[in-house]
Amino acid sequence: MSLLRRVGAGVMVLWGAATLAFISLLLIPGDPVSTLLGPATMASPEVRAQIAADYGFDRPVAVRYLDYLGTVVTGDLGSSYQLQRPVGLLIADQLGPTVQLALAAMVTAVVIAVISAVTTAGRARPVRAAAGAWELVAVSLPSYWLGILLLTAFSFQLRIFPVIGAQDLAALVLPALTLALPIAGVLAQVLREGLEAALAQPFAVTARARGLSQFAVRLRHALRHAAASLATLTGWLVGSLLGGAVLVETVFGRSGIGALTLQAVGNKDMPVVMGVVLLSALVFVVISNVVDLLHTAIDPRVRA
Amino acid sequence: MSAIPISFPGAGLRTPRWATVFAWLALLPILVAAVAPELLTSASPILINPLHALLPPGGDHWFGTDQLGRDLFTRVVHGARPSLLLGLGATVLAVVAGSLLGVLAALGGRVTDQVVGRALDVLLSLPQLLLALLVITVLGGGVANVVIAIALAFTPGYARMVRTEAMVVRRSGYVEAARGLGLPPTVLVARHVLPNAVGPLLVLATVGFGTALIAGSGLSFLGFGVQPPAPEWGAMLSEGRDFLGDAWWLGLFPGAAITITVVAVNVLGRAAQRRYTRRTV
Amino acid sequence: MIHVEGLTVSFSGLEAVRDVSFTVAPGECLAIVGESGSGKSVTARALVGLAGDRAEVTSRGFTFDGADLSKLTETGWRGVRGRRIGLILQDALVSLDPLRTVGAEVAETLRTHHVVEPSQRPARVLELLAEAGIPDPEQRAGQHPHELSGGLRQRALIASVVAAGPSLLVADEPTTALDATVQVQILELLGRLKREGAALLLISHDLAAVARLADRVAVMYAGRFVEEGPAEELLAAPAHPYTRALIAAVPAAHAKGTRLSAPVQEPSVTGPALPARIAALLTGYESACPYVSRCALADQRCREEDPSPTPVGERRVRCHHHDRRLPDLPPISLGETRAPGPVLLSVENVTKRFGARTAVDDVSLELRAGETLGVVGESGSGKTTVARIALGLLDPDAGTVRLDGEPWSGIPDRLRRARRRRIQAIYQDPLGSFDPRHTAGQIIGEAVALPRRVRKARVAELLDQVGLPATLHTRRPLEMSGGQRQRVAIARALATGPEVLVCDEPVSALDVSIQAQILDLLATLQRDLAVAVLFISHDLGVIHHVSDRIAVMKDGRVVESGATAEVFGSPKEPYTKELLAAVPTLATERSPR
Repeated sequence: MSLLRRVGAGVMVLWGAATLAFISLLLIPGDPVSTLLGPATMASPEVRAQIAADYGFDRPVAVRYLDYLGTVVTGDLGSSYQLQRPVGLLIADQLGPTVQLALAAMVTAVVIAVISAVTTAGRARPVRAAAGAWELVAVSLPSYWLGILLLTAFSFQLRIFPVIGAQDLAALVLPALTLALPIAGVLAQVLREGLEAALAQPFAVTARARGLSQFAVRLRHALRHAAASLATLTGWLVGSLLGGAVLVETVFGRSGIGALTLQAVGNKDMPVVMGVVLLSALVFVVISNVVDLLHTAIDPRVRA
Repeated sequence: MSAIPISFPGAGLRTPRWATVFAWLALLPILVAAVAPELLTSASPILINPLHALLPPGGDHWFGTDQLGRDLFTRVVHGARPSLLLGLGATVLAVVAGSLLGVLAALGGRVTDQVVGRALDVLLSLPQLLLALLVITVLGGGVANVVIAIALAFTPGYARMVRTEAMVVRRSGYVEAARGLGLPPTVLVARHVLPNAVGPLLVLATVGFGTALIAGSGLSFLGFGVQPPAPEWGAMLSEGRDFLGDAWWLGLFPGAAITITVVAVNVLGRAAQRRYTRRTV
Repeated sequence: MIHVEGLTVSFSGLEAVRDVSFTVAPGECLAIVGESGSGKSVTARALVGLAGDRAEVTSRGFTFDGADLSKLTETGWRGVRGRRIGLILQDALVSLDPLRTVGAEVAETLRTHHVVEPSQRPARVLELLAEAGIPDPEQRAGQHPHELSGGLRQRALIASVVAAGPSLLVADEPTTALDATVQVQILELLGRLKREGAALLLISHDLAAVARLADRVAVMYAGRFVEEGPAEELLAAPAHPYTRALIAAVPAAHAKGTRLSAPVQEPSVTGPALPARIAALLTGYESACPYVSRCALADQRCREEDPSPTPVGERRVRCHHHDRRLPDLPPISLGETRAPGPVLLSVENVTKRFGARTAVDDVSLELRAGETLGVVGESGSGKTTVARIALGLLDPDAGTVRLDGEPWSGIPDRLRRARRRRIQAIYQDPLGSFDPRHTAGQIIGEAVALPRRVRKARVAELLDQVGLPATLHTRRPLEMSGGQRQRVAIARALATGPEVLVCDEPVSALDVSIQAQILDLLATLQRDLAVAVLFISHDLGVIHHVSDRIAVMKDGRVVESGATAEVFGSPKEPYTKELLAAVPTLATERSPR
């Protein structure tokens, strides 16, 4: 795919995400001013009209939509109803811990998955069955329960890691592991099956028949094929990391985008939720394009 | 929420027979608990007894008691129905909506396909949990809204899958062969395209049900789904979270119930998937 | 020189290869011929120690240039593979790593065995590619298998296998996926390597294809060599009933009306060769001859005593009755030579483009009632597109098709629907043309336009007509053998009572003996039902056998057409001559009856 088409497709997705966010805003039942003020606040009709005018609630939908798109393009995501601060700033404040968590979890998941897949793929039945069993349990674990288990065992009972709320590196271990394990289960399974599929191909026989060791065939030939099969999982991976962060941050009482989102959802603080939606779509577009480029580099057949 | 990617080509290892037997054995009491909890326990899941608060598991209270002295075993048993219903309702809704959308995109002509395809691209670019939370922001919490939210989060994946399958089937040799027999398009779609495009989804929906269950309890855990004091596994975990230092059992049993259910469902789902692919691919 | 004595390979108790012995000397070629499941590929892999973890390999003697291979460790094998024994597999598109350049694959052999200094490797790679007959090796070395033509990438595969100079080449179906003219070129390349001193073990399903290269031939059935000896002698006077059936099954040598297969007594036995132990279980005799269920000469002795190799001339034959004459195959009497009927299907100046590519370019064909028109061409010649246009499944960009004189192309599909029953199709891949969820009964029943209560009887009748038991109607496509599937496909096509049958490569995916049965079936049905057949194939032998008239296609055009005898006897176009030269022929000719 040419660069231009790539960028175009990315812009389409972002536009779609912005539209989705805007439609969601319109769909909220009831008067937007009441939503904004919250149930507790009483206000006179004059004040309400003033607020409606300030936020532009009184203008036609089409105008508001175009206006919204216009401000989004300039990077302005609006102001939080609840916290009365620009959404961009709120997100920027909370981005650090979440990025830290997501990256740590991703690296952990990939390391676990590669080790598990390379050591078990194509081995004797009991080994593969054991691998299949751990993968199955890992993908079936709710991350919120896994987090509670780890907290109980390592923080409350063994007191190895801090309990809740801390933000230093030691406090990152359990959350990252919690987020990583279910993801590692899926990655390990896809990698292992990719490796096994590649090892069953005639070219693996050709490679062995030219004198390569079983291990060299895995490393030089099969791993590339298995890695290519991971490319299709990008969207799922990004979604799992971001979505999982919401739950993991709650369980461990961490601050971050997840905690921010959750608070906004509870308060119907729509601008914040819309901002997070746009951020997710942007992250997805960037990462999936990077992965596509990597995929093309690995598998020349994709180019055709 | 750790959503499992819904299509695993080849469906991997053969599921050993003992694994499916174990899965059924594990699932059976859970199904009984969901259908008729009174058969397993006569106690009330919401009756408060402060004198018996936070008792560890033992003879009287197999799973211990919670901070209000309620019997945890009873609550886990009674929690089966709402937990399973969240997952089941969402899965059924998502399968129906996904099938309709997918078939519409595949058979509805170029423009429809483009529009639906683009919309799916957008929805698939967002984390499923975020989509669900967006719906909850709009509609508010509560059981029905959580079911809708999860269904909406899962629909795009299902729709994409049905669309792809329907496209493949439509161009398949057997549809061409049936056309060569002089069958009209309506018969081709009803007899060949629909069953073969939606069939795989129904099999995959078993695995999808497990994922939806995790998601549903997850939203209850976050405080949006089933509300306390009603017993639901995710909500119970959320309540128990404050007492983890003193009462580990509060964090163990409800989560174990979720995990065992999902593992069992996944074992059976994959066995079904393998049977299906072996019969038809 | 490789010497194998009593090689047996079994998988969890089932013997895939059973007591196989042979010797191949430098400069000599032994061809192992057998159908799918006969154990020939397992034999090939066992020779390089790659039969797999689950395989149990035993032998009484297994030496290569004097070294004992039977006790080799994995590390020991790595020194042998590639360096002493090379393995060439089918279809380089998947037998070379699709993610790496062909140059990298050739270099890997050089590096693994330290053949040349690292600095000289790139130059040596280019030399090897050039020696394998690849023009412009500098450019090709940097390309991936999918960027090369079938012939070129097969040459690249061979270059990667011979890079470390192995003295034995094991080639497992090295030409199977290729067009006939390319097959010839690859066989020539292998022949050159043989002349340069390599020992060659050629494994193939196609007796005729290997005949031109083999010094010795071994025919494999159910895991064992049933007949082995000098190629000329074996082909001229085959002794084992199976070898005789294989040779009779080659359509090229036999004119229309010759029967290719023995009439099937038990239609259920149309599947691939059964492993000996299963065959024994089926017949109820522990030590029966594995061929007993398919053999016309089988008697009580064959059921009780597995024959051991007996010398016949310079051959060794496993048969009690190698000296008995096989009953003659009754010819399929075609009746009186009929005058050509009226034109049923006419394709007039048809052109079809896909994007920039012109798949069919100004093609005209005429099919008359009761006759067979053969359309022959290599892959990409546009013959399948012609079939789809003739069937009214694809509209041409220019030109018209008429069915029984009335327009068949360029009309709304709605108007074609009722007339479709008059023209039916049989496809190469019956599996793909069946709904995987449906049973044979449903598949055929869909084509029967009768009320439900009589439909079942009609399906049973059709099954019987194509030589299948009525009990088969509950089977799903995946539960049938390749031959059974194609019979079901034929039954479905006949169900509408068509006047025209379009057969697109109907036998290409089948083993030779199954192919023979299907061709015989088609011939019989055509005689009985007087249906006109448009027969499309890449295989000139098959086309020659079935056709009254022939059209040769190349690059979307018909380059030559005429009566079969005319085109084969005195081809006018250079391309037709080239195609004909590529047809594998056997020394034995049976006169048409």
